[in-house]
Amino acid sequence: MTGLTSNSKPVPVDEVDLRLIAATQSGLPLVPRPYHAIAEQIGIAAEEVMARLTRMLEAGAIRRIGLVPNHYALGYIANGMSVWDVEDDKADELGERIGRLDFVSHCYRRPRRPPQWPYTLFAMLHGKSREEVTAYVEEIRALLGDSCRASDILYSRGILKKTGLRIT
Amino acid sequence: MAGIRRRPKHRKESPPPPAAPAVKTATAGPIPLDEIERRIINGLQGGFPIGERPFLEAATALGLDEDELIERIEHLFEVGVLTRFGPLFNADRLGGINVLAAMALPENDFDRVAAFVNAQPEIAHNYRREHELNLWFVGAAETPEKVESTFCYIESVSGYPVYRFPKEREFFVELKLHV
Repeated sequence: MTGLTSNSKPVPVDEVDLRLIAATQSGLPLVPRPYHAIAEQIGIAAEEVMARLTRMLEAGAIRRIGLVPNHYALGYIANGMSVWDVEDDKADELGERIGRLDFVSHCYRRPRRPPQWPYTLFAMLHGKSREEVTAYVEEIRALLGDSCRASDILYSRGILKKTGLRIT
Repeated sequence: MAGIRRRPKHRKESPPPPAAPAVKTATAGPIPLDEIERRIINGLQGGFPIGERPFLEAATALGLDEDELIERIEHLFEVGVLTRFGPLFNADRLGGINVLAAMALPENDFDRVAAFVNAQPEIAHNYRREHELNLWFVGAAETPEKVESTFCYIESVSGYPVYRFPKEREFFVELKLHV
């Protein structure tokens, strides 16, 4: 994937794609031929399952195929949303640079809600301690330099709800 | 109802408060992993092949055999290290929409309003965060109107404003949670 930014152009999906999404969104079967198992389940050929998944992956409708670890179980207990007030005309370039840092899991530009909320870049940081996350914040601050007017970090105190994507 | 306050620039971090139990935290502490498990977790967060025998292909790249890779993944699920294995769909590209939003709730009303927010089927994620804006959640639906009407409903029933933070741009991130 070469793009630095994903746009949000919708990918057209048909009824068969929706069945495929419904059959795989909670996971692939852990068997030697998982795509064949899915094909049997939804009544299409395995080759078609693979072709449709490839197309959705290339179009960005699938972000990636792989495993999703539980951050907490891996010891990543300090999870913070760092937020940054930078000038509008530099926000996109700086957001791209923040996104490339290897401790950032998500990075977005969002609207400010002035005067209470001046921040426009949001970067999620994960570490094994708050000290580690604080060091990441400093690294971002150094990267932004004088472009950073204000920042904050909002640590998570707990997940109250987390449901996977459900597409019907 | 007080509005949210502007925070001082580069606020100093206060010492961490006692950890609140997270609802979906599977374990009390980090789960020990052996070298092979680390290799699997580091190597398979993306790029799982689409093909006739994808576990065989992936196992070969990791220096394992097919059965061992499948058994290891099953084991990582059992001990709570993995939450999912498969394609991660991008709702935005599939015609859906999700919008981040936040509320500033007083402590004595927090649980009641958080439970009400959680009860809305359009609310996908909900986190408690340390800030005056202390409840952060994601509304997800097929249309922006449906998300907006959920937010309006939450505002009207709870009596507190919902601050909307729709994404204007998503930046590409490398995926690399190393263990």
